[in-house]
Amino acid sequence: MSMPYYVSPEQVMADRADYARKGIARGRSLVAVETDEGILLCAENPSSTLHKINEIYDRIAFGGVGKFNEFDQLRVAGVRHADLKGFEFSRSDVDARSLANQYAQHLGQVFTHEMKPMEVELLVAEVGARPDDDRLFHVLYDGTMMDESHWAALGGDSEAASQRLERLWRTNLDFANGLAIAVAALSGGDEPVPAGELEVASLGRNGRRRAFERWSDDRVRGVLASVTIPTVDAETEGTAADGAPALGSSPGGPSEG
Amino acid sequence: MTLPLYSPHDDPGPDFASLVTRVGLAAPVPADSVSSALSIPHGTTVVALRYSGGVLMAGDRRATAGNFISHRRIEKVFPADAHSVVGIAGTAGPAMEMVKLFQLQLEHYEKVEGAALSLEGKANQLGRMVRNHLPAAMQGLAVVPLFAGYDHGAGHGRLFQYDVTGGRYEEQEFTATGSGSMQATTVVSLGWSPALDAEAAADLALRALLSASDADSATGGPDLLRGIYPVVYDVNERGCRRLEDAELKERVQRLHDNYVVQYGEPAGEDEL
Repeated sequence: MSMPYYVSPEQVMADRADYARKGIARGRSLVAVETDEGILLCAENPSSTLHKINEIYDRIAFGGVGKFNEFDQLRVAGVRHADLKGFEFSRSDVDARSLANQYAQHLGQVFTHEMKPMEVELLVAEVGARPDDDRLFHVLYDGTMMDESHWAALGGDSEAASQRLERLWRTNLDFANGLAIAVAALSGGDEPVPAGELEVASLGRNGRRRAFERWSDDRVRGVLASVTIPTVDAETEGTAADGAPALGSSPGGPSEG
Repeated sequence: MTLPLYSPHDDPGPDFASLVTRVGLAAPVPADSVSSALSIPHGTTVVALRYSGGVLMAGDRRATAGNFISHRRIEKVFPADAHSVVGIAGTAGPAMEMVKLFQLQLEHYEKVEGAALSLEGKANQLGRMVRNHLPAAMQGLAVVPLFAGYDHGAGHGRLFQYDVTGGRYEEQEFTATGSGSMQATTVVSLGWSPALDAEAAADLALRALLSASDADSATGGPDLLRGIYPVVYDVNERGCRRLEDAELKERVQRLHDNYVVQYGEPAGEDEL
């Protein structure tokens, strides 16, 4: 009698996590930054039609990294979930927490029960009336859900991007300076990512019903020209954690760069 | 509420109405005809006209149930999305539901597909909704909408009217729906020209509704006592804008003043 190969459950889970992590790390990063004007989402994305950042509902945006077809299917499901919920109850009952929780449930289910885990990491962002009310939920491939504050980074070398954001983020940012630090976090010590390869969108804290706005390349270019992108030197990275970042412009008034 | 995930072969796509049906939220059709004794509110007159820079739609504020005035402040004209408006006449409840579903349909499509429907596509969607509503209309719950929007491709405003079977008819000049539509279209037809600007179009629409309210008991006129004015939307290249009550008050006042200039102060009965 032949015995099937025994693989320990620990090994199965570790292998799956490894597989998913590798898939996600192959792509490029996406970051979200909380500012006084709202939440700014920025991703490195050479394609201008296959979006990583999308609108879900009035105050909710979606960011996905990893395998496009997988996170796009989840995005559409999210739009359906939100629109159905708003239709059945009221628009104000649709919130990011419940949607992120649904995503986490689904990803957790797929991770433990299916052959292949989903190679995605998601961000569900919700803009509030005040910066304190902003919500950033980060959902991992295995259903782990994290409630981030002030900023979030996912995909690619998200660890490094997150460390850069930790050093660069401060209160009283506007969209322009928020974009500057987002680009700095994505670029690291290299040349800043050119505007044409950035995908930028915002959730404005402006009282409009649909807060989501996709930025055109021209707008991104214009805003980036008005601020200095802070430099994050590859050598100083991780050592300057105590020093305040040298931002190119003072709060409230972007300088010419 | 679970995540509405579908496998690729039975995915409803960007169609929100079919999704609503799929999850069992669609309203059931009444099995028998709805008795008029139930006194269900009905909305009445909506008028729409094209002008040089876009389209304008206006609706009175009255809802009637039989010979009762059931609501004085009902709204019958709504923005459908950023560049189009929808007006309704007929049974108020299903009409409001249809507008809500239509607005969501357009937004849902835009979010799922990442691009908005064309104006033609939106007009066809509304036609299909009216068509799907036919069984309920046969039971006495008819809804007859008007649709107007700015077509960026064509570079001008466009108008659509419907019949109860979902038939879609594009109008080039003006159109109206509801019980006071006869009077309203007569007034608009006398004052309409393709060179009309937004200002003149708004005044003409107000005059049309005023005449409709004069002859049709189901149409409400401007109510200066309570400060109730018609809902008027102006749709042009920049999007749709609802005219403020203060502005409408001024326009109604001007209608009155022009009357005085033309015919003198209204005479009391005994002076005649």
